[in-house]
Amino acid sequence: MQKFSSVTGVGVPFRRSNVDTDQIIPAVFLKRVTKTGFDDALFHGWRQDPEFILNQPAYQGARILVAGPDFGTGSSREHAVWALRDFGFDVVLSPRFADIFRGNSGKQGLLAGQVPEADIERIWAELEAEPGREMTVDLETQTVSVGALSIGFDIDAYTRWRLLEGLDDIALTLRNEQAISEFESRRERWRPRTLPVRQSAGAE
Amino acid sequence: MNSTEAKPRTLAEKARTLAEKVWDDHVVVKGENGEPDLIYIDLHLVHEVTSPQAFDGLRVNDRPLRRLDLTIATEDHNTPTLNIDRVIADPTSRLQIDTLRRNAEEFGVRIHSLGDKEQGIVHVVGPQLGLTMPGITVVCGDSHTSTHGAFGSMAFGIGTSEVEHVMATQTLPLKPFKTMAINVEGTLRPGVTAKDIILAVIAKIGTGGGQGYVLEYRGSAIRSLSMDGRMTICNMSIEAGARAGMVAPDQTTFDYVEGRDHAPTGQDWEDAVAYWKTLPTDEGAVFDAEIFIDADELEPFVTWGTNPGQGVSLSEAVPGPDDFDDPHEKVAAQRALEYMDLEAGTPMKDIRVDAVFMGSCTNSRIEDLRAFASIIQGQKKADGVRVMVVPGSARVRLEAEAEGLDQVIKDFGAEWRFAGCSMCLGMNPDQLAPGERCASTSNRNFEGRQGKGGRTHLVSPLVAAATAIRGTLSSPWDLSIDTAFAPAGQQRNQEVQA
Repeated sequence: MQKFSSVTGVGVPFRRSNVDTDQIIPAVFLKRVTKTGFDDALFHGWRQDPEFILNQPAYQGARILVAGPDFGTGSSREHAVWALRDFGFDVVLSPRFADIFRGNSGKQGLLAGQVPEADIERIWAELEAEPGREMTVDLETQTVSVGALSIGFDIDAYTRWRLLEGLDDIALTLRNEQAISEFESRRERWRPRTLPVRQSAGAE
Repeated sequence: MNSTEAKPRTLAEKARTLAEKVWDDHVVVKGENGEPDLIYIDLHLVHEVTSPQAFDGLRVNDRPLRRLDLTIATEDHNTPTLNIDRVIADPTSRLQIDTLRRNAEEFGVRIHSLGDKEQGIVHVVGPQLGLTMPGITVVCGDSHTSTHGAFGSMAFGIGTSEVEHVMATQTLPLKPFKTMAINVEGTLRPGVTAKDIILAVIAKIGTGGGQGYVLEYRGSAIRSLSMDGRMTICNMSIEAGARAGMVAPDQTTFDYVEGRDHAPTGQDWEDAVAYWKTLPTDEGAVFDAEIFIDADELEPFVTWGTNPGQGVSLSEAVPGPDDFDDPHEKVAAQRALEYMDLEAGTPMKDIRVDAVFMGSCTNSRIEDLRAFASIIQGQKKADGVRVMVVPGSARVRLEAEAEGLDQVIKDFGAEWRFAGCSMCLGMNPDQLAPGERCASTSNRNFEGRQGKGGRTHLVSPLVAAATAIRGTLSSPWDLSIDTAFAPAGQQRNQEVQA
């Protein structure tokens, strides 16, 4: 994973709440077996509308999505994060994120920054005053700047550290390999085992 | 509600909730200074959609899958529900299923493929094999993994990076959750079911209300539910924003697990039950949040909008933007009405449907099918309404056929299909056409979820059945037939009161 420090780019005032992952990427695109190339799938339903904000020339090449509350609800599909990333987004700001989406973001280098609702409104106002305006999100200082505005955002300290360092979760966990083995040696016998396969005579 | 930080916790002596006990017993490494705990995973369920990139990651990094004996795969999201003996027509669906089969073979993962008796929706398969049990941790690359919490396990959906993480390490770094008690006291009226409870809970706390929490469903109405009913409730915890929902294990749970293929036996069974009995929340344990629902007052519940929190009792009318104070909810209501092609003030019961979908990991177990069949028995479906019944697993299908439910369903004029996720999300050919309206026993009414332009109303199996008969959103209360129907998700001894 690449180290993340600061991003400057076009911000999108995305005035929608409860943006579920079915809207971010419809299920039909989940049939792919790759981890990249999902840019065409992002918000596929909404992008059929020429008026949709990401179809407007001012927002081409945008890197920061500024959304309403409850972003990323619903399905656990990490493809939602891949699609945002492949489309060019490095940051999503929202007053509230769904837990799984937030977790997936941190693992893929997409910054999910939490900003109070009143501040989101102020950022929207700035961005809408001049469509295509650039803004900066700095992870070191945890600040969002646009025009004269400078606003703090929240991210948990552990995810922030991992993003700043560009660390791979699995490698971090495998440092605890001995503790895992010890835990396994203590596990009770009754706990489930998928192997060997045990079969009943037939359907009840 | 924003913070994911839970209160500090000591392992000894303190009165603890069910969720805290299961958590504490799975801590491999306790996180220091705001780092997450490293949590051991007892059971990893795998399906074709969220696994290919995870297997790829193992391959690229030359890592083995650590615990094949704690891992099981099945095919569900893409599988066709007709002509399952033929080659899958859609090349992308076929590729994804072939990829899972190849990966399972290469890494040595147990897999139940299309045509196998144990194939089916991953959340139906785990419990029916006896792999899901109290006091364990369960994960799967699917948000409805919360289903398994019905057994008093800690079960939650994960993303593909986490799938790879569990494959490689059998653990996950996780921040402790906060806990929320959902108290449902009282007795459900006949015709009101587990599905109505959970739809009412989501309408009450909203799609974000459970964020950061593990929900524990408690109270007399929950205790009286069967395991199938409890699974329906825990399944939709994610629709309230919670990653996990749990019900304390009790005799109903033990009776369900005992004797299943992978249930413990002999001394192991005795040890397990003795431990499971220690799991219910201690007297005096404190939840971070608590809500109350009166079961006596509940009616059949349906959604009118495009998120699962947009629901009302079936006897009510479609709300409008003016019914909401929150500005976001106002806008969301306006958008939802447009998408759903509904007018505020229309009685819910006047809404005509084009299709009825009976299935999904929420409501496709044998009791769900029995409840549905009990209403449609001897009836004919409404003209012009397409009715599709999709069992949750091949085993459920066989069970239903052994009871003759398939014949009841076919005589009614409905389609009896093979097992899978089907029209819940339409990754296979089972989809709504643009503009079609469906009463669906599934879990999500998002825009386009069941097919581009499709309109979904989430309902219980009993409401699905009554709606299929009348052609408009209805419950058994609207039928002139004898009300001797089986309440879905209630124990048999409660059926007699109907």
